[in-house]
Amino acid sequence: MNKQMAQYIQGNLTEIISQWQKKMKNEENERSFQMMSEELMTQTSHEFAELMISNLLESHQAYESRLNDFSEKVVRLGWSITFVTKAITHFAEIIYENMTQEEIIHEGNIAAYVKEFSNWIVPIRESTIQAYSKTWERTVSLQKIALQELSASLIPVFEKVSVMPLVGTIDTERAKLIMENLLEGVVKHRAEVVLLDITGVPVVDTMVAHHIIQAADAVRLVGAKCMLVGIRPEIAQTIVTLGINLNDFTTTSTLQRGVEQALAWTNRKIVEVED
Amino acid sequence: MSDQSSVEILTEWDIVAARQLGRNVAKELGFGTVDQARITTAISELARNIYLYAGKGRIEIQQLTENGMKGILIIAADSGPGIPDIRKVMEDGFTTSGGLGAGLPGVKRLMDDFKIETILGEGTDIRATKWLR
Repeated sequence: MNKQMAQYIQGNLTEIISQWQKKMKNEENERSFQMMSEELMTQTSHEFAELMISNLLESHQAYESRLNDFSEKVVRLGWSITFVTKAITHFAEIIYENMTQEEIIHEGNIAAYVKEFSNWIVPIRESTIQAYSKTWERTVSLQKIALQELSASLIPVFEKVSVMPLVGTIDTERAKLIMENLLEGVVKHRAEVVLLDITGVPVVDTMVAHHIIQAADAVRLVGAKCMLVGIRPEIAQTIVTLGINLNDFTTTSTLQRGVEQALAWTNRKIVEVED
Repeated sequence: MSDQSSVEILTEWDIVAARQLGRNVAKELGFGTVDQARITTAISELARNIYLYAGKGRIEIQQLTENGMKGILIIAADSGPGIPDIRKVMEDGFTTSGGLGAGLPGVKRLMDDFKIETILGEGTDIRATKWLR
């Protein structure tokens, strides 16, 4: 029965694809298919059809690798998963309708065919979803690693002076990372002054402030001083309104002034050289 | 008249989504950078309270037009344990989580109007408004 279905599909492929394309174009909210070029659409449609048939004909392994290729391609094209599952459903529907019309499926064998169809479609749908979620999971975990690498590094700028630029949202996990890197870096670089630059932090709420205060306290414990720099005017106002007490801190508006202050603390200064 | 949109708070990243939404609405309404920072910070505090104490809830952002004045309304609603002593949480420095204890009183100062309704065991509903001047 598998063979029969595959033969039918292969024999009427052009007709099925054109019906299927028409059905897919009627799907509202799906721009991706409507905006595709004719050539690309024909190619993708054929690939899709081949993928659908390959599950009927080929070995499980061949099908699996084909599915992987296809799902990667689809993800790149930006097809949504709802769109793809719709595509699968429509494809099966058309074949079922056509085969019923041509009376290949009739009352005598309908039960067997229904079972055959579900055996055919369900694994495709499941493995498509699996392939999708695998791609997403990989993307997310890669981005997470990328984000962690960007997270918080302590940069030695002068002897005894280091800077940690903070960019982006600070959540609990990052706050922990900031604290660890800060303390490790202070010891490693023998820093006496650490400048925490929050120019790139969009929102300073009580949680963020709390983490910064804790980090500064810890830095003090390992024998260095911590300075908070890069406080934008609007952030300064919200900090005051929130009632956060940063009196124990030296704070400056820009990194430049922070560096000057840090040099002063370590009994140095920058001078212009005259010829 | 009001336009509204909302964000479910389930994870820490939803807090970021909520304040992004608030910032966009505030920008659209024409709030300046200082007020934008106040509004997003207030949303951040309220969303974090939901995340920390209720586990889940939602932040709703509404645009208000009243007597020719424009404003933004933040609604933070959850069905968490509720707050046993409102007077205490509105005091500066009171905290049950080891934080700074500036959250709710801070939000009250950041915004123009602040209303809090809480029923023990049923949940909390906080409404804070900022008017465009």
